[in-house]
Amino acid sequence: MEIKGKVYRVGENINTDVIMPGRWCHLTDDAELAKHCMEDLDADFAKKISTGDIIVADDNFGCGSSREVAPLSMKAVGIDAVVAKSFARIFYRNSINIGLPIFESPECVDVTEAGDELEIDMFGGKIINHTKGKEFTFAPFPPFMKTIIEKGGLKGLVLEKLGE
Amino acid sequence: MGYTIAEKILAEHAGCEVTPGQIVNVPVDMAMANELSAALAIKELNNWGIDKLADPNKVCLIPDHFQPAKDINAAGIAKVVRDFARKHDVKYYLEVGRAGIEHAVIPLEGIVLPGQIMVGGDSHTCTAGAINSFATGVGSTDIAGAWATGEVWLKVPQSARLTYTGKLRPHVYGKDLILHTLKDLGTAGATYMAIEYQGDVFEQLPMSDRFTMANMAIEAGAKAGLFQFDDKTRELVESTPRYKSDKPDYTIASPDADAVYAMERTYDVSDLEPQVACPFSPDNVKNLSALHNVKIDQVVIGACTNGWIEDLQRAADIFNGRTAHPDVRVIILPGSQMIARQACDLGLPQIFIDAGCVFSTSTCGPCIGGHMGVLGEKEVCVSTTNRNFAGRMGHLSSEVYLTNPAVAAASAVLGRIGSPDEL
Repeated sequence: MEIKGKVYRVGENINTDVIMPGRWCHLTDDAELAKHCMEDLDADFAKKISTGDIIVADDNFGCGSSREVAPLSMKAVGIDAVVAKSFARIFYRNSINIGLPIFESPECVDVTEAGDELEIDMFGGKIINHTKGKEFTFAPFPPFMKTIIEKGGLKGLVLEKLGE
Repeated sequence: MGYTIAEKILAEHAGCEVTPGQIVNVPVDMAMANELSAALAIKELNNWGIDKLADPNKVCLIPDHFQPAKDINAAGIAKVVRDFARKHDVKYYLEVGRAGIEHAVIPLEGIVLPGQIMVGGDSHTCTAGAINSFATGVGSTDIAGAWATGEVWLKVPQSARLTYTGKLRPHVYGKDLILHTLKDLGTAGATYMAIEYQGDVFEQLPMSDRFTMANMAIEAGAKAGLFQFDDKTRELVESTPRYKSDKPDYTIASPDADAVYAMERTYDVSDLEPQVACPFSPDNVKNLSALHNVKIDQVVIGACTNGWIEDLQRAADIFNGRTAHPDVRVIILPGSQMIARQACDLGLPQIFIDAGCVFSTSTCGPCIGGHMGVLGEKEVCVSTTNRNFAGRMGHLSSEVYLTNPAVAAASAVLGRIGSPDEL
C-alpha cells in the first residue's frame, strides 16, 4: 500500500487538546469534526488541508487525552498519514484501530519541511521525500498490528473473532 | 526472570509467559467509558452491526464530562449512553447524582479490584493503578472491541521503578512528588511504560496521594501507574460498597525481587518544596518559591487528580476562618458523590461556602474547558487538575498553573500564587 501527499509540518508534543479541543468533544459526526481539527494550533487548518495531505511532526505527537475524536478529525479533514519522530501511546493505538496510517521515522522528520512531497510504502518500510530527493526506512509493523491495518482497523479483527 | 507488577497481571490474564514488547490478547475485568467516549464506542458498535455485549457485568458507564448536562447536545449524548445501558442491562451504569468523576468513583465503589485489568475510554483511567490494578486509557474503538469480545490487545510494557525517600516538609504532597517527577522525566519520559511507584514516603501519605500520582502517570506518557498492595490498599478495597456486599476474590500482584526495570529513579524528597506546573505543559515545573506576584482570576480545587477527601480537608484547613481574595473565583470539585458526602460529615462545605467558594457537584467540566468554570481571554487559573495545555480550560490565551490543594487554597486567599506559609 502506498500513500502520496503534501506535507503539513508541526512541532513536538502536539497534544490532543489542540488537535480537538474539549469544547468539541461531544461531536461524533465526521463533517463537524473535520471543521474543528487542529483549530487551536492553526485556526485555518481545515482550509489549508487538501485531501491526501500528510502531517509530519517531531516527538510525542498526540500526547494527553485519549479522545478518539483527535485522530478521527484528522482522518475526516483528509489527512492520509502522520509521520513523526515518536507518538504518544493512546494516540498510536487509536490511529491503528481506526485505520489512520502512522509511521515513526526521526530521520525523515529531520529533513522534511512544509509543502514537501512524500511517498510512503506502508509495508515496504520506506518513505521517499521527492522534494528533497531522499529516502528513509522505518521499522516494519509487528505482525499483529499489520493484520489490524490490513483489515482497515480493529473492526475487522473484532468481527473475525465474533465469527469464530 | 522475575516479573514486575504489570507483567505479573498481564501474564496471569494472558495465561502465558510474557515479555516486554510482546502483544497479548487479554480478557478485561472492566471496560469503562464516560459519556463522550461511550457515545463514540456505541456508534462504532452500531456501525459494526454488533448488538450483543460479551458481558454486561464487566461494563461501566459514568456520565461525568459535560454532566449534569450543560446543553442540549450534552443531554442528547447522555441519553444515548443511558438508553444503551438500559437496553444491554449494563451492571455499572452510574447516574448523575449517584456517581461523580469516573476515576474517583471506580476504586472507591470497588468496581475494579487489585490484580485486575481495566481499560477505560479516558486517559486518566490509570488512576486505579493506586490500588494495584492494571488500568489503562484507550480510545472508543478499543472500548467497543472490549465490550463486544471481552478482550483487548495490549503490548506488554517495559516497567519503570520510581522510588521516593525522605521525610516530607509541610504542605508537600503526592501532587508535588509527581510534578517533581514530570520535571525530571518530561511528558514523554515514560512513554509506553508501566510506572511502579514505591518508597518510604508513602508511609507518610494516605491513599489519596497514591491516586494523584497514578492519575498523572499518563502525563509522562505512561501506560499505567502502579502501586504495590499493602495494608492501606486492603483497608480501602475492603471498605468499598461492592466488596462489602459481594465479597469478591481478588489477587494481589507484587513485583518479584528479580524483576527487570527499563528505567529506575530515586528521588530524595526531604528538601522538596511545593511544586507548580506552569503554562503550557505539566512538565514545565518550578518551585513555588520561584513564582512571584502571579495574579490569578480563578482557582479550581478537586477533580480526579485531587478531589479525594484528604485533598478537600487540606484545602479546608487553609480556608478555615479565611475568605477567598475578592478578585478570585474558587470552585471546589469533590471527586465523587461519596466524597462529597464524606466532606459533609466533616463540615467542609460550610468552610468552603463561608470562604466564598462554589461547592460544586462532581464533574470534569472545568478541567476540559467544558462548563462550570471555563476560563475567558487571558484569565489565569490555579488548578489542582492534571493538564495545562494551551486552551485546556477555556480560551486559548488563558493560563493554568497546576498545584496541590493547599497551595491552591492559599493562592485563592492571597489573590496570587503563594504558599500556605504566607497566611
